[in-house]
Amino acid sequence: MSRNRVPPGSDEEPTPTADQPSRRRFLQSAAAAATVGVAPHLHAQTQPAAPPAPASPAEVRAPEPPQPVTLNINGRAYALQLEPRVTLLDALREYAGLMGTKKGCDRGQCGACTVLVEGRRINSCLTLAVMHEGETITTVEGLASQGVLSPIQRAFIEHDAFQCGYCTPGQLCSATALLNEFNSGTASTVTADVRTRPPQLSDDEIRERMSGNICRCGAYANIVAAVRTVHDGNTGNA
Amino acid sequence: MDAISYERAGDVSSALRAAQQPGTMFIGGGTNLLDLMKGGVERPVHLVDITHLRGLDTIGTLPDGGLRIGALVRNSDAANHALVREQYPLLSQAFLSGASPQLRNMATVGGNLMQRTRCGYFYDTAFTQCNKRQPGSGCASIEGQNRTHAILGASSQCVAVNPSDMSVALVALDAVVRVSSLRGERTIPIAEFHRLPADRPEVDTTLQPGELITAVDLPPPLFSDHSHYLKVRDRASYAFALVSVAAALQMDGHMVRTAHIALGGVAHKPWRASVAEQMLSGKPLTDTTLRAAAAAAMGEAQPLSGNRFKVQLAQRSIVRAVNQAAGRTGGVA
Repeated sequence: MSRNRVPPGSDEEPTPTADQPSRRRFLQSAAAAATVGVAPHLHAQTQPAAPPAPASPAEVRAPEPPQPVTLNINGRAYALQLEPRVTLLDALREYAGLMGTKKGCDRGQCGACTVLVEGRRINSCLTLAVMHEGETITTVEGLASQGVLSPIQRAFIEHDAFQCGYCTPGQLCSATALLNEFNSGTASTVTADVRTRPPQLSDDEIRERMSGNICRCGAYANIVAAVRTVHDGNTGNA
Repeated sequence: MDAISYERAGDVSSALRAAQQPGTMFIGGGTNLLDLMKGGVERPVHLVDITHLRGLDTIGTLPDGGLRIGALVRNSDAANHALVREQYPLLSQAFLSGASPQLRNMATVGGNLMQRTRCGYFYDTAFTQCNKRQPGSGCASIEGQNRTHAILGASSQCVAVNPSDMSVALVALDAVVRVSSLRGERTIPIAEFHRLPADRPEVDTTLQPGELITAVDLPPPLFSDHSHYLKVRDRASYAFALVSVAAALQMDGHMVRTAHIALGGVAHKPWRASVAEQMLSGKPLTDTTLRAAAAAAMGEAQPLSGNRFKVQLAQRSIVRAVNQAAGRTGGVA
């Protein structure tokens, strides 16, 4: 996200004085100190992206100009200006302002960024936002309906299926998809015979099917219980 | 990630034309490519999005009774397609053992064939030595961390392994890869698709520049009753194989008519255990023949300092996978 840093001497904003740092510079240094990305959406809509700070000039490519990308997120159309390299995760968080989806590893290894695209769970960190124009995207903010939590959200609360909560948005999106996938008869690697429909959603099946979502607090037992409760409730086994 | 330009291709010919531009790569599911781009390992300047190409996202039967899987079929859809599950359960198992549900929903069949190695020295540009990433720079793994690396078919240039599960099953099933280019179409037997590193470890496959994978064809199903994909890894799920075995058998009672065995996690390409196959075929399956075949499969193994365990692990895995495929119970090792 270094491309949004304004190099000294840039004419894009009034030069802040020593005793009056601009709000923008304050935000940038605060973000840098916290080692999280700055929030381009704060200004991306109003002015063009600044060129990247040339740490190693020969290595740095000029950014592509942002292009209009409309994303349909949680039933609402977001008209964004995005560089092609912006991932869906960054588009959600930094451009659409939907901070529910979390950035964990940013490399497809933790599942914190899981969202639903066309109802299917994916890692939003390993896909480009521009590739999803015209598709229906659901984030954790879209799981509740008119202020009423979804069954899996309620079950996570009932079963205390989280501790710090950072992985929870991804867990919730993943669990939502898991229930639909199982109900449509999909097999998993712990299904005894893939030629037949798995007979029941065992705890082993739940663990395997949730294995793409890492929880460093270790709330797994309660996550499994929450998924089980919703599944059993849906199938009348409760 | 480097700045990139992007275009969405609508059909194969426009994708192929777009790929003529220098520095262009195709992007499908993106699960490997974007990861590599974030690490600065792959540095394309232009991406051609092929996920909207018409007609490449379907699975259909072939006139000979085989199956054609379009290159853009997502791994999860291929794994759960009714015909794959019924007729090629080995392939379904292999798909389902790879990555996570989210990644399988993204990754395409063609992209899975193009997966690059997970060798840490290849993936991390902080290491200056990697012949695969920077030809001629050396291999840090041979004298370094090599626990997950090759025990067969490696070279003094590279000891990396191919990470795909799907490809191991495809090798056991004698699949054929269909590719298109502006010059026309051609087919590549899966066993010839991935290559050994030799003195050009930067080249993973025999796919030529400008070629696009359009489909994978499976021969008629011969092994649906007796097959098994066994994946051994450091944790129960969501990890790459230390060793995997795709075992596909045709049985006459206790007699093995035909055995196809392919190994993952042991070489730069899915490794066909041809000697073991010959030792099993045409004989009753016994613990003795099976152990001897598994030992023979490792006859040319050359383990590295950190992966000697793989030789025995591979033998035991072959024994277990073949027993499972044959429907025999009780482990022998």
